[in-house]
Amino acid sequence: MNTLRVGWIFFKVGVLNELQYRVNFVVQLFQSAIALVVGLLVLALVYSHTDELNGWSRSELLCVLGIQILMGGAIKTYIQPNMMRLIEDVRDGKLDYALTKPEDSQVLVSVREVRIWQVVDLVSGSVVLAVGLADVSAGVGALDALAFGVALLLGAAMIYCFWLVIATGSFWIVNMWHAVELFDGIFQTGRWPVGIYPGWLRYSVTFLVPIAFAVTVPAQAVTSRLEWQTLVLAAVFGVVLLVFARWFFRFGLRRYSGASA
Amino acid sequence: MSVRAQTEVLPLREPGRLRSLVDLYLTTMRMAVQEQFQYRTANYFYMLGMIAEPVIYLVVWTTIAEQQGGSVQGLTVGYFAAYYIVWTLVRNMNIVFGAPFWEYRIREGDLNRDLLRPVLPLHYDIAYFAGWKVVVIVLWIPLAIGLSLVFDPLLDPRPLEIAVFAVAIWGAYLIRTMFQEALGMLCFWTTRGAAIFDLWMTTELLLSGRLVPLPLMPDWVQDISRFLPFQWAFFFPIESLVGELSNEELLRGLGAQLLWTLIGLAIFRLAWKRAVKRYSAVGG
Repeated sequence: MNTLRVGWIFFKVGVLNELQYRVNFVVQLFQSAIALVVGLLVLALVYSHTDELNGWSRSELLCVLGIQILMGGAIKTYIQPNMMRLIEDVRDGKLDYALTKPEDSQVLVSVREVRIWQVVDLVSGSVVLAVGLADVSAGVGALDALAFGVALLLGAAMIYCFWLVIATGSFWIVNMWHAVELFDGIFQTGRWPVGIYPGWLRYSVTFLVPIAFAVTVPAQAVTSRLEWQTLVLAAVFGVVLLVFARWFFRFGLRRYSGASA
Repeated sequence: MSVRAQTEVLPLREPGRLRSLVDLYLTTMRMAVQEQFQYRTANYFYMLGMIAEPVIYLVVWTTIAEQQGGSVQGLTVGYFAAYYIVWTLVRNMNIVFGAPFWEYRIREGDLNRDLLRPVLPLHYDIAYFAGWKVVVIVLWIPLAIGLSLVFDPLLDPRPLEIAVFAVAIWGAYLIRTMFQEALGMLCFWTTRGAAIFDLWMTTELLLSGRLVPLPLMPDWVQDISRFLPFQWAFFFPIESLVGELSNEELLRGLGAQLLWTLIGLAIFRLAWKRAVKRYSAVGG
């Protein structure tokens, strides 16, 4: 409970802080619009040469695109800014300020930042998803919707774990900036159902960087092609990752000696 | 020395200027090579991050080609593999002193220092990034070998095609440099150039051949891109090596590259003259 309360307070302060910079909203709107238009153009281009891609119809891929934008928005609103701050703080020795507070340090480093204008992507992703769904012939049952919600949450949790592990790496390697560029590039694989990738890449973006769980699995849920085994696998893998990430973070903390002190 | 020797030296002034410019280029390039080679790990991460993009395009188009019996619009699976592998080098050659950096240069006051130098900052930018490219090309080779082992490209260039490609990647570099520098001049008038730069980049993405080989685009898009610089900085270099261009097409392509470089340079010079007049120093 206390965790949620702390998270909520940080969230409120973060939002108030961001609301000062309103022009950023317009900038974000513009950038999101460009990214969306490009995404739609690519889909149009692909489906001008084919009717289906590896068994996925155009409107089903629209759902994938929507979920990818949505998840990307969630990552950039919350996960990435916090983890970037963690990497920075370790380098500058400012992590002391978080560690000396009487609260779980993993919780603290995970909730300190929020980029509220990225919400634009949450909205536009949802709209794209809705438009895609309206055209999906099978329709979405209540069970599908539930599975979608669960899969989305699990996916977000796994991406968080992935980021925490990467950011924890900064206890050993000072310059983790490049990890961000790498991630941004690899996250684009989520635009397409992972089934199209060759084996090595498919496994990498499933278990090494859990993009398949974050985007493809929820998309499978809303297009009625999700098997329950996949969801169970996602749940088990998600729990394993959460435990591992927590252990790894504490393991890394032991190496931290503070640079400012 | 004798009087005669002096009179012989005097007419050399113009060639001397050229020589010192060449010297500036070589020195700056050498500096860039040494500097960037120190950051080889960072450079490698950067290149690896960029690989995701062509690999995704490649997989998507390979999937479509295979669904349709091996080719899309006559482009085969092997062609796509070759196209997107060569793509990675051309993409790297397309990284230049970008327009957004002009904002930084002005805001931070770096331009004050640059203006005191007896040569245009443009020369320095071209030389520095060209030197960097040498490092990039060396680092690219193992990457290309790795990608070739995974994706099985169909690549069978003639000697002339290899020669044209070797020149064309530098032509691509120059075109992109000129247009980015010219675009960067906007920063002298506005601090919100970012929106225009984003639009420009998006147009480039669609019309240059970065997204897909241009033959996959609708005809009207291909018609438009014929009259724009973008494809000469991206599609043409790749196609010169991967495609089946005739000798005449190859040479005409190099001509187009030269033409667009000069057009870009002319626009830059025109804008630069006005920009410097407008400029008032910030910071120090």
